[in-house]
Amino acid sequence: MGLGLLASRTLLRSGKIQPGNFTSLLRRCIVSTTELQNAEAAQAQAQPDTDLPKRSPVGGARVHFPNPEDAIEVFVDGYPVKIPKGMTVLQACEIAGVDIPRFCYHSRLSIAGNCRMCLVEVEKSPKPVASCAMPALPGMKIKTDTPIAKKAREGVMEFLLMNHPLDCPICDQGGECDLQDQSMAFGSDRGRFTETKRSVVDKNLGPLVKTVMTRCIQCTRCVRFATEIAGVQDLGMLGRGSGEEIGTYVERLMTSELSGNVIDICPVGALTSKPFAFKARNWELKGTETIDVTDAVGSNIRIDSRGPEVMRIVPRLNEDINEEWISDKTRFFYDGLKRQRLNDPMIRGPDGRFKAVSWRDALAVVAEVIHQVKPDEIVGVAGKLSDAESMMALKDFLNKMGSNNVWCEGNGPNPNADIRSGYIMNTSISGLEKADVFLLVGTQPRVEAAMVNARIRKTVRATQAKVGYVGPATDLNYDHEHLGTGPQILKEIAEGRHPFSSTLTNAKNPCIIVGAGVFERNDKDAIFSVVETIAGRAKVVRPDWNGLNVLLLNAAQAAALDLGLIPDSGKKIESSKFIYLMGADDVNLEKVPEDAFVVYQGHHGDRGVYRANVIFPASAFSEKEGTYVNTEGCVQTTVPAVPTVGDARDDWKIIRALSEVAGACLPYDSLSAIRSRMRTVAPNLLNIDERQPATFSYSLKPESHQETGTVPFGTVVENFYMTDSITRASKVMAQCRTLLLKI
Amino acid sequence: MLGRLAAQRFREIRQVFRQIPLVSRSFSTALNYHLDTPDNNPDLPWEFTEANKVKVKEVLSHYPSNYKQSAVIPLLDLAQQQHGGWLTVSSMNEVARIIEVAPIRVYEVATFYSMFNRTKVGKYHLLVCGTTPCMLRGSRDIEDALLKHLGVKRNEVTKDGLFSVGEMECMGCCVNAPMITVADYSNGSEGYTYNYYEDVTPKRVVEIVEALRRGEKPPRGTQNPKRINSGPEGGNTTLLGEPKPPPCRDLDAC
Ligand code: SF4
Ligand code: FES
Ligand code: FES
Repeated sequence: MGLGLLASRTLLRSGKIQPGNFTSLLRRCIVSTTELQNAEAAQAQAQPDTDLPKRSPVGGARVHFPNPEDAIEVFVDGYPVKIPKGMTVLQACEIAGVDIPRFCYHSRLSIAGNCRMCLVEVEKSPKPVASCAMPALPGMKIKTDTPIAKKAREGVMEFLLMNHPLDCPICDQGGECDLQDQSMAFGSDRGRFTETKRSVVDKNLGPLVKTVMTRCIQCTRCVRFATEIAGVQDLGMLGRGSGEEIGTYVERLMTSELSGNVIDICPVGALTSKPFAFKARNWELKGTETIDVTDAVGSNIRIDSRGPEVMRIVPRLNEDINEEWISDKTRFFYDGLKRQRLNDPMIRGPDGRFKAVSWRDALAVVAEVIHQVKPDEIVGVAGKLSDAESMMALKDFLNKMGSNNVWCEGNGPNPNADIRSGYIMNTSISGLEKADVFLLVGTQPRVEAAMVNARIRKTVRATQAKVGYVGPATDLNYDHEHLGTGPQILKEIAEGRHPFSSTLTNAKNPCIIVGAGVFERNDKDAIFSVVETIAGRAKVVRPDWNGLNVLLLNAAQAAALDLGLIPDSGKKIESSKFIYLMGADDVNLEKVPEDAFVVYQGHHGDRGVYRANVIFPASAFSEKEGTYVNTEGCVQTTVPAVPTVGDARDDWKIIRALSEVAGACLPYDSLSAIRSRMRTVAPNLLNIDERQPATFSYSLKPESHQETGTVPFGTVVENFYMTDSITRASKVMAQCRTLLLKI
Repeated sequence: MLGRLAAQRFREIRQVFRQIPLVSRSFSTALNYHLDTPDNNPDLPWEFTEANKVKVKEVLSHYPSNYKQSAVIPLLDLAQQQHGGWLTVSSMNEVARIIEVAPIRVYEVATFYSMFNRTKVGKYHLLVCGTTPCMLRGSRDIEDALLKHLGVKRNEVTKDGLFSVGEMECMGCCVNAPMITVADYSNGSEGYTYNYYEDVTPKRVVEIVEALRRGEKPPRGTQNPKRINSGPEGGNTTLLGEPKPPPCRDLDAC
């Protein structure tokens, strides 16, 4: 959300509470020129009323005192506020409930202090000070709405607009532009500049970020974002004076998996979304607050839709998961939601072609076939994007049919689902910031879970935490020690023969992250037991700190394991006669026997469809309400943003209908009923937005007597941009793949 | 009728626009982005010479080892001297490698300072001061004379690669305005000089250029034979005797 929008909302909200105060609020944000010309009179007029209304911090900002003795008191417009030492004047004002206009300041980036929009008056200082860069000192008297401060802002605004093209009618940022909002609130009503404006050559930053560099106001937020958060030092500020421009100097695309975030942080329309360019104005969009399912992080997003179409995806603030960033895959894969959709139930005819049929016919065919096969020849596979409800229904249905061969893609042939701490990220994503040594085992978080990687990078930058990495050589965008590629190294660390083992044992909060790619290995149990040995040596699991983590790959994985979707044996597909693929596209279809009957239920005509005999069209995550558990065990739900396409239905409803046709009716027919059923299996799935800490630790696990193999760890995600059926259908993701992944 | 009125209105409007002087704002002389050319692209190898490698070490020794990036300006300067007065992308990349920063951080510095040339210059790069004092004393004529004599435009190199003319802001010898600077890259970084020629006239600059062409080294400093350094023409006119004490108060008394 634009800062101005936030500001106006806060103003509105406080206005609603005290309607009587509205005029004074108006006076605060709209500068009338008479007041400026007549400073004395204005001052006399602005005498503080004796009983000032109480103010609340901007945007609900909370103050956290790391050390109570270090609290200092400053006065903002006469209000005393207590703040911790080391805060800036701008932060003090925020806590006092005064929103200071700003462009270059961003709470998650370093301070640049180059836009000067945040000027305020400080008593006894000879000139206005840039509040974002000025540390608050005890007893400071800060004045934010004096004629001097107002005039300073108006002046800065005039300079900023001097070279700004004022092309708001054709600018995609229009309506959510900080410059627009703040010039309305703090700027003058006319400009005095009559010379020619400068123009700047647009840069090509790749298929995702569109640049209109003439609009840039040189706040350097994008440069700082790229350098500090994304870890790609490509952008820079070139030239000087009025010739200054943002660019890469040499022709270079922005090769970061987080590049889309510069669109959000750019306060003007200089960096906008290329796929969204000229598609819609943001005020026509309906925002739906939901979550992302392209990886196991469950980033909080807002789907902006117009009518039945998803127009764009933007991040939502969630300090514990994605802060305010999302990966490029999350942000731009949405065009895949419109392409290659399955919208009718279909049956493959004898000629090998699909024929659209009615739901009734399709269900009848499947129900008939399922009764003709032996129960242990029935197999069900849930896909990467499945929600907990549908997996519950699938498991219940197949159980009723007498089979227990249900599993979820990516969990491997025999997942350790018994102990919850064995498959989730126990430290939690925000907890990673407390770790001081990381050991990454067979995982490349940069492509597997970009937001987790950003968190590790943040920690490494802030505290110089050490990172050891076991797996194929890769670029993690922070300094790391590449220990080796295979499990032998783990053995050495476990036995204390490797220098890194002393680093681990000396660490205060060591953190081990095992990639979910390990689940698919034959020596999985052995690897986990070596990791446990390491954890035991280095005291990774303590009552006050649990640093033993598994980083999952897919949105469905954690919920599937919570619900107990575990196959009876690993070799089931080869001997099966009836396979139910619920959005599963990555099962090895070559192993499916010739005479097996395959039902594919899903939303995209992806790999699974090639082998399917019957297709059930289902709704995508943007069209249904579903429960997902992310890699740290946090339960979140999606919210339908757009209607489903064609004849598609929610996954669990399809299975419920099929169960009825097959004569084994499932005992629920509403979301709440299926959720109460889930409660009996995994009660944690109903605690939305909560992380249930895993209570049992590894010590309860049976010993493994397997030997670790020598096969080196592989790259699990080869292609960051295309990992599931939706992203594979997306044109933008295909472009990213060809342009940004140097293969 | 209506047509005539419209035409007249149109003429009036055009008149108004004519009166507004069309100011062209001139920005920094070179582009702020790089375009690949055969003699300037990232694939060309570039290295400091052996002699300069010693100098690089020396420069780096001035800074603590964790602040290597502080050496960016001296190293760029050295690279520029070695490369005949201008910086190629590969030379900037090499500097970035030495000081262990991302190349863009070096590009930022090189584009910021106008004394780093990112396009080819002549062996003798002539810089005419264009700031107010020199301008009042006729620097425009000096520049015109140079450009006319060499037959080039500003920042263009003569065909023989010997000369190029650029503009600089005040170089701090306004007292001898107008002035030009000659950056001499003809002998690599060892023989590099950067000399001021002050009190020049359009005639004198041409003479200097010709002398340089012949390989001579015209004496630097003021070109007015009647002046010594920045002293007044024809000897001192003030401060001829012992200065009188200030009349306001008796300094010895306090
Ligand atoms: S492009 Fe946007 S974010 Fe970057 S400096 Fe310009 S205005 Fe700031
Ligand atoms: S916000 Fe303070 S100078 Fe930009
Ligand atoms: S103005 Fe030319 S040297 Fe100062």
